Amino acid sequence: MLELRVNGALLEVPEPPVGRTLAETLRDDLGLTGTKIACAEGHCGACTVQLDGVPVLSCITLVHSVGDAEVTTIEGLRDHPLVDAFVRADALQCGFCTPGQIVSAAALVAADPEPTRERVRHALAGNLCRCGAYPRIEEAVLTWRD
Amino acid sequence: MARLIRTEKEVEGRYTEQWVVVEGDDAIDQWPRGPGAVVGRPATRLDGHQRARGQAIYTADVQLPGLVHAAVLRSPFARARVNKLDLSRALELPGVVGAIGPDDCHVLQTEPGYHGAPVAAVAADSFARAREALALVEVEWEELEALLDPEEAVRQGSVHEEARRYERGDVDGGFAEADVVVEAEYRTQTVLHNSMETHQSVVRWEGDTLEVYISTQYIWGVRDAIARTLELPPDRVRVICKYMGGGFGSKNNPGDYTYIGIALAGRTGRPVRCALTRREENLATGNRNATIQRLRAGARSDGTLVALDGEYVNAVGWAGWSGPTYGPVEMLYACDNVRTLTHGAKLNLPPNAAFRAPGFVEGTFGLECLLDELAARLELDPLELRRRNHADHDLADGRPFSSKNLLECYRRADAHWARRDEVRARSEGPVRRGTGLASQIWYGGGGPPSYAWVRVGSDGRATVITAMQDIGTGSRTAMAQIAAEELGLPLDRVRVELGDSARGPYASISAGSSTTPSMGPAVRAAAADAGRQIVEIAAQRYHVEERVLSLQDGHVVNADGGSWPLEEVTGLLEDAQILGKGARGPNPTGMRVLTFGVQVADVAVDVETGEVKVERLAAIHDVGRVINPLGARSQVEGGIIQGVGHTLSEERLVDPQTGRVLTQTLDAYKLPTIADVPEMVVELLDIPDDHLTNLGSKGLGEPPIVPTAAAIVNAIRDATGADVRSLPVTREEMLRALAEARERERLAAAPA
Repeated sequence: MLELRVNGALLEVPEPPVGRTLAETLRDDLGLTGTKIACAEGHCGACTVQLDGVPVLSCITLVHSVGDAEVTTIEGLRDHPLVDAFVRADALQCGFCTPGQIVSAAALVAADPEPTRERVRHALAGNLCRCGAYPRIEEAVLTWRD
Repeated sequence: MARLIRTEKEVEGRYTEQWVVVEGDDAIDQWPRGPGAVVGRPATRLDGHQRARGQAIYTADVQLPGLVHAAVLRSPFARARVNKLDLSRALELPGVVGAIGPDDCHVLQTEPGYHGAPVAAVAADSFARAREALALVEVEWEELEALLDPEEAVRQGSVHEEARRYERGDVDGGFAEADVVVEAEYRTQTVLHNSMETHQSVVRWEGDTLEVYISTQYIWGVRDAIARTLELPPDRVRVICKYMGGGFGSKNNPGDYTYIGIALAGRTGRPVRCALTRREENLATGNRNATIQRLRAGARSDGTLVALDGEYVNAVGWAGWSGPTYGPVEMLYACDNVRTLTHGAKLNLPPNAAFRAPGFVEGTFGLECLLDELAARLELDPLELRRRNHADHDLADGRPFSSKNLLECYRRADAHWARRDEVRARSEGPVRRGTGLASQIWYGGGGPPSYAWVRVGSDGRATVITAMQDIGTGSRTAMAQIAAEELGLPLDRVRVELGDSARGPYASISAGSSTTPSMGPAVRAAAADAGRQIVEIAAQRYHVEERVLSLQDGHVVNADGGSWPLEEVTGLLEDAQILGKGARGPNPTGMRVLTFGVQVADVAVDVETGEVKVERLAAIHDVGRVINPLGARSQVEGGIIQGVGHTLSEERLVDPQTGRVLTQTLDAYKLPTIADVPEMVVELLDIPDDHLTNLGSKGLGEPPIVPTAAAIVNAIRDATGADVRSLPVTREEMLRALAEARERERLAAAPA
């Protein structure tokens, strides 16, 4: 068994095979399908989760490397004000990239509650959105506390 | 009474005649222009929280007991013959439950015609295991010579259909009387949809019914195609898509992967997921094909177009269709003499697929850039040139437009266009600034058949039921708004159940900017039918005449000022419900239903490095009545951003020697990021089309991507004097165009 700290709980998963990613473990073993896999090679940001508050790409993070770091997924951020801000600003269309966007943005606003436009763009440049909700995402993050 | 109507149906510019059945009364008067209580007012997405919180279940998230995973062996060659295929070693790997080759499934190929064509597939208890097993499939490949050059393909007669020829008027005569003739060759690249959710489905047999969970734009199309292929009664195929992660035209049919999944489910007796990887996505799920466009325009000195001539080569690929690249030249301007010739080259390259306004994005780039070259030669303002050639009716067949407010779009564009001197003046050092514009024409009228039901319960809440799909455009929300408006209900008392062919009536495709104009009128008719029943019940209950009653703000309102809460009336039903049914009526006979617009771009070009930045883009579109201004703005912005990617960064690259696709990953294929987004100004005229349905709404998904490339490239010309004629505008292309412009200037300055 492997122990993982996820969204404030200590969870056990059957000993994963070597090479299993954190994203696969979250989705397939723990049923936390809010974390999306869109490229599976670290290029798009859809799978973003936080490890001890730092955004990482779970599709290229080996689950064995997580150790006792606290994993925060979108399921752990469901009541974050950013969720309302995203809906209010219409910052999503198909929504497949959205959990990753919110996880990245949550790490940003935790570090800098009043980020500048430039800082938002820098922090979210690794989260691709093919629908092009970007201007609304920017607005959502800039107005997350409204 | 059911009425059988013969009507013209249009999807993405392809017209067919078909029978439709319209039941009930779709001929309700349109609402007055302007916002109503709910329609025309910004509404946040009904499913926004579910999507944002990661609670929405996409096809990628569907988990079923006993589910196994398919992996597909794809041709590494652009053209090859499979001389031997041996699956036995793959089948021996522990965890593998099935393997299939071309003998077992019609989509698997023995003579693959493109890099990525499916050849064999394996199912195993995990995707990782299935991929491991693929490496054990023994294949004896014989690589064959690939045909990759579209012009060469046309010369050799390797084409998808006979060349399309079109001519009206006297083109040669038109050129003879022209004061100015310009000609140029334009090229557009192959671009990839790259929806965030890759193409995939999960299939399982449930008794005698095949259940198909699929990321799709067309639930009913998938159902019918599978039923036909498997020779099943259509209702024994149930197609489910509650949430889907983007399509942009690439998810209109079942796809190879679904048939592979079905074959493996048949072989193994297990539910099967067949999901493409990102790399497969970039090989084998379609693309906006490359084009070559040789264009010529003739005009009188006052700017009147007297002749247009276009020869197009669509690099279709191994399969697909030759799109309407010629459309804008034939339709956008009032030119009597027009000729086009269009070839669809069959190549050893991945098949194309519809991609957001297929053909028109490419064709508008060519035509609208040529028009600016013409304006420069005529020393005429580009916006004025377009006004002078405005088409008041369809030049091809003389039909009137159901509505057209392009001149109003131009009028509103004036304010953005007038900034160009100021924009140019902000040039500094090597950074030159300029402004360009381009017009937009596209379809988007939708059509029948489309059906919806509206159920009202004793609690006075309504549910819209229809087996349509919301592909991320906000259709759920728009449909709820329409039903709420018609029933006089606040939006939070309306739900929408969609996404399941077994749980609702037939709904049309979400492609061709047709979801709102096709489905919206059916939803309104269904809500009106339910509303009529409520009024009839209230009239009997309260002994008043029906004609004095109306539904407003959750109440049945009497003209004398009295009112009853809706739930008091519907409460009489106890557990029963009122069911309203609605159908989409036909489009106006003898009219052309189209969308129009104009975009104005400001760019900054670094003439030393060739870097191009789009700084601002104003988009003004005429798409009829706007249901949800909030969602509509998002659609327009998203379209522009895809257009910016198409113009500046996106390109599928192929090795010219082998035909292998080089850009298979999202670090090689450059999608726009949040850092690449210009300032955007979105203006929708919101003028209902009086002739179109009970709503007057047209579609909005595609219009905003149509003129973007041309507007940007025309701004580049304004900034630098350079004629970019090939997309994407890489630094290489930009520097080439700048060098060419300098050379032209040098020759012009040199003494004769």
